[in-house]
Amino acid sequence: MANKYVGYFTNGLVKENPTLRLVLGTCPTLAVTTAAINGIGMGLSATLVLVCSNLAISLLRNVIPDKVRIPAFITIIAGFVSVVQMLVKAFLPSIDKALGIYLPLIVVNCIILARAEMFASKNKPLPSILDGLGMGIGFTAVLTLMGAIRELFGAGSLFSFPVTANFISPMIIFLLPPGGFFVFGMLVAASNAIAKKNGKKAVEKMGCENCPAKDSCGQEECVKEETGDE
Amino acid sequence: MREQLNVASSPHIRHLDTTSGIMLDVIIALLPACIFGCIIFGLRALAVLAVSVAAAVLSEFLWNIILKKPQSVGDLSAVVTGLLLGMNLPSTLPLWMAAIGSVAAIIVVKQMFGGIGCNFANPAIAARIILLVSFPGAMTKFVAPLSDAVTSATPLAAPNEYTLRELFFGWHGGSIGETSAFLLLVGGLYLIVRKVISPVIPCCFIGTVALLSLLAGENPLHSILSGGLILGAVFMATDYTTTPITWKGKAIFAVGCGLLSFVIRRFGALPEGVSYSILLMNILVPHINRFTRPKPFGWVKPKKEEKQDA
Repeated sequence: MANKYVGYFTNGLVKENPTLRLVLGTCPTLAVTTAAINGIGMGLSATLVLVCSNLAISLLRNVIPDKVRIPAFITIIAGFVSVVQMLVKAFLPSIDKALGIYLPLIVVNCIILARAEMFASKNKPLPSILDGLGMGIGFTAVLTLMGAIRELFGAGSLFSFPVTANFISPMIIFLLPPGGFFVFGMLVAASNAIAKKNGKKAVEKMGCENCPAKDSCGQEECVKEETGDE
Repeated sequence: MREQLNVASSPHIRHLDTTSGIMLDVIIALLPACIFGCIIFGLRALAVLAVSVAAAVLSEFLWNIILKKPQSVGDLSAVVTGLLLGMNLPSTLPLWMAAIGSVAAIIVVKQMFGGIGCNFANPAIAARIILLVSFPGAMTKFVAPLSDAVTSATPLAAPNEYTLRELFFGWHGGSIGETSAFLLLVGGLYLIVRKVISPVIPCCFIGTVALLSLLAGENPLHSILSGGLILGAVFMATDYTTTPITWKGKAIFAVGCGLLSFVIRRFGALPEGVSYSILLMNILVPHINRFTRPKPFGWVKPKKEEKQDA
């Protein structure tokens, strides 16, 4: 039994890592990771929202009518995002400045909506919290790694401490959108290579067949689309 | 007798052109401008060219070894890429930056997309842009001819400082290989005579820029001779992989390049737009190819089936 709960938590860390394996939440991943600290800030804010919204949605899962579940989820998520936004504004104004519009945009972060739809609305509160925590930490880890790589090459520093900035001029392109796409692509390629080594499918083809989350998903619409179109 | 009975699939008629032969022609065509660049900018220019060529060849060589692919260094395409990149760099550039540019050109732009014939953009152009965006200061530090330290404005930044004669023969500051319009045109003529490139792209590209500058009230000769327009139009926009197949497509491609170059030069924040315009049009090539697909002989446009009333 305990193993099962550990599984809920570790699922989001590696096997279904939201950024590299599910390829969700790409927009904040590319936009805010110009420095490692921004990655941590974005990741932790999203984690907090994710855990709270997963808990609330899991508790309300029998109350929310199926037909209006998406607006209901969004409303719940938006509530928590407002709380997080006010907290960050009050206590970490520099992070708030760095994240800019992407902080309120956590509302439409697809990781959070996807976990609400795929997990929290079908599971009990404790697994939902663990799932949100695992997914959030997986998201944070990738964002921090990406921010660290881009900061190191693009600004020659790490967590704002100069590393190479004093003796080589950094490649500014890593801080710009092309550098973001490049680093993201390299990380996805690396995670695909690792997954392939462990006998898993690479994130290449889209569709439910190749989705790493298909076991926990079980969406009927998904299955219909797959068979209906082709 | 035995050979005559061999069954082979088409093509049955083979031309003697080889990749390495074509690349050798391009190298021969580039050499006069390279040598001129080394004369006016000194040994430093030679060092930049040598490093960019060596880094390009070495990265191609190592990539093939590490990925256990057939060795493709012999086709000389990496030499051409390195040489073209070097010619697009200022002679003052730190050598390690030139090396990074070559590695990016060969590994990121060329090999990661499948190697020769599969790259979506001209590797030398993309690498130049990567360097320009990454090291804007070092990439725009140009020196005057025959001096190691005196920085000089390029003809695009200071249009009235140079006479047309100086521009034509290349006696002004700029990237190593872009200054002498005369020698680049000689190289281009050699390639056209050898049928390595078709004249459609250089003519349409340069013609569009000239026409637009004339309409905008500038001296068209000045716009043609300054900056990297001739180097780009003759040697970079004529890369086989990243240009359309038909002559109609080539013309559309080249006019687009000319239009974008002019717009960036005149209205953009950057002084030079040739490399960006070629990169942008490179990306559009698959679409241009689709729209300019030649019709097979005797092909009739199928009539639209009339809707049947239900």
